Amino acid sequence: MDVQAQMAGTVFRILVEAGQTVNAGEDVVILESMKMEIPHSTPVGGIVREIYVQEGDFIDEGQKLVRIEAQP
Amino acid sequence: MNKVLIANRGEIARRIIRTARAMGLKTVAVYSEADQDLPFVEEADEAIALGGKRPLESYLKQDKILDVARRTGADAVHPGYGFLSENAAFAQAVRQAGLTFIGPEPKLVAMMGDKAVARSVAEAHGVPVVPGTEGLPDVSAARIEARALGYPVMLKAKAGGGGIGMQRIDDEAMLEKSFAQAENRARAAFGDGTLYLEKALVRARHVEVQIAADRGGEVVHLFERDCSLQRRHQKVVEESPAPELPLRLREKIWEAAVRLARGVSYTNVGTIEFLVEPEKETFYFLEMNTRLQVEHGITELVTGEDLVAWQFLISMGEPLPKKQFELYAKGAAAEFRIYAEDPVTFYPSPGTLQTYEVPHGEGVRVDDGYRAGNVVSPFYDPLLGKLMVHAPDRAALLTRARDALSAYRIEGVKTNIPLLLKVLDDPRFIEGAVHTEFFTQPM
Repeated sequence: MDVQAQMAGTVFRILVEAGQTVNAGEDVVILESMKMEIPHSTPVGGIVREIYVQEGDFIDEGQKLVRIEAQP
Repeated sequence: MNKVLIANRGEIARRIIRTARAMGLKTVAVYSEADQDLPFVEEADEAIALGGKRPLESYLKQDKILDVARRTGADAVHPGYGFLSENAAFAQAVRQAGLTFIGPEPKLVAMMGDKAVARSVAEAHGVPVVPGTEGLPDVSAARIEARALGYPVMLKAKAGGGGIGMQRIDDEAMLEKSFAQAENRARAAFGDGTLYLEKALVRARHVEVQIAADRGGEVVHLFERDCSLQRRHQKVVEESPAPELPLRLREKIWEAAVRLARGVSYTNVGTIEFLVEPEKETFYFLEMNTRLQVEHGITELVTGEDLVAWQFLISMGEPLPKKQFELYAKGAAAEFRIYAEDPVTFYPSPGTLQTYEVPHGEGVRVDDGYRAGNVVSPFYDPLLGKLMVHAPDRAALLTRARDALSAYRIEGVKTNIPLLLKVLDDPRFIEGAVHTEFFTQPM
């Protein structure tokens, strides 16, 4: 599944690396929008398969940030 | 002074243009790529593009802004609030370029910008400060100091301000967990990772005093504003006068503010913020803002004075327009900050303003930065505008505010107006029983 941006903004920090295992609820990316830092977490646990963005990128609402391959 | 460059954007740029024009001053706006369609750009006599979208590429580019001032022949720079308004190096650079900085002496901007220095200066002038520490070398020092102060404590960045870089710490485990992270954040945000602790006051009120001082050493206060209604240390509603605060306590706070401003030989307008414990009738210095405040308008409504005009006159070397005994506060005023944010999740809500209609009427003032069709970009703070309401008394004020808030029509971005209407219906707010933890308790 893809973690998507909840609002337009800038990628402030990427907290994970490709290949890494993450737990459900873990923050993966922090976006910055309107002077606020908005952590984005993964709803599922699994392996980070792809990171679509780089720190400093401007992104639109709904844009894909990180793909997680869910692990049971 | 003939021509002023406004190193800011949105509603405050428009606000400054309005007074500058009334005083016969020409205005130069500077704007980022993201702001080219906003009203302030066309309302200024001249507007020069800075390029860029993010603040660092635009409104924080000191060299570029000074270059625009030179090219356009501006002889003064008004920094507004935020951005470069409390940057001592910029204030100094403006002066070195032979221009007038609309604000205090750069050394005062620097003094009050260092929160630890500001605390000790306040103490030296007999103004009480919240019990707290100096800059802390490490977490173990913080642990010892926090035990001595007693939890809860506030962990703050020495170079911080405006609520950024501070958090409440409830116990030792939280301190251990938060310290290193707070240090890193402070270093990243302000270039200085030094932290200090203050005792956290519970259910305190945030009360600030508007002061003004001229170059002749005359200092007055223009009464107080209560800014207790905050979320994440960002103000949401402000009032003047502070509701349900005894006059004798208000007088003591005004007097302390004037004493501090006089003691440091302050010039221009400024705001001294205090935390107040109304039951104990105690108050503590929090910080001084060496600039025009976002919520200056409610002071203008109750006093009938134009604080931006005061700023220009003081900077021209003129005496204050009024003496203390000539200043009166009439009725009650409140400001409601209209933010582009989700009223439930509080997430920012950038977007295009498909519909944008604001209230009008007696005792209603709207200072805003946008019009229908404008894009509210994610690059700057979410403030769309400020609804200010003035009435003969607080009860009439609340009625007028409810009508005005209900008259807004905004589509295309979410706003906090539903939250503001809930505030107006909240018994605690109606009674004036406000404090800084208002939004952390159920409404």
